[in-house]
Amino acid sequence: MSWAQAADAIAGACFLVGAFLALIAAIGILRLPDLLSRMHAATKPQVLGLWLVLIGLGFRLREPGAIGILVLVALFQLLTTPVANHMMGRASIRAGQVREELLVVNDLDRVASDHQEPRGAP
Amino acid sequence: MTVVLLVCAVILTVAAVCTVARMTKGPTLLDRAVALDMLVAIAICALALEAALNRHIHTLPVLLVLTLLGFVGSVGVARFTHGSDDIDAERP
Repeated sequence: MSWAQAADAIAGACFLVGAFLALIAAIGILRLPDLLSRMHAATKPQVLGLWLVLIGLGFRLREPGAIGILVLVALFQLLTTPVANHMMGRASIRAGQVREELLVVNDLDRVASDHQEPRGAP
Repeated sequence: MTVVLLVCAVILTVAAVCTVARMTKGPTLLDRAVALDMLVAIAICALALEAALNRHIHTLPVLLVLTLLGFVGSVGVARFTHGSDDIDAERP
């Protein structure tokens, strides 16, 4: 069991778990009732699944040169996905597409209704 | 290794089909944007699997570009959704 085979085994395991998490995210986004709940399904398992796939790729390639790009992709994905989906959730609330019966507490009632956001900040 | 990557490819295909189903069914524009963002992430995973299968690093910058592309697309849609925030533009 040389180091290369061990690294390949780890990479294979990471790929499987990562792909499975992507599947969970896809099923979550298909079945959940409301955009706000779909938003959670689309971000958390997706980012974790992508991280595992990138870690698996790092183990598989075993190239120090490639580690930099992989870390950068993982970091960008971790930073950008929550921000993008938060903005989309906020835009859906502002556009009035929220199904009130699904919400337990609507914290945004006091903020969104009367507060006029400056231009360009959703 | 090839078998593992094949199984992962099948799983990702099923995930992509579910995401496209949500894109077609999604009642609002924002559902479709969320599904599109996820489709980009699945594409990134698929590219990473391909790079792992053939053991080359030529497509790694593409992953980086795809990440930012998905983000900018989602933010663009969120920003310009009807009634999202451009108060003056919508005033009749």
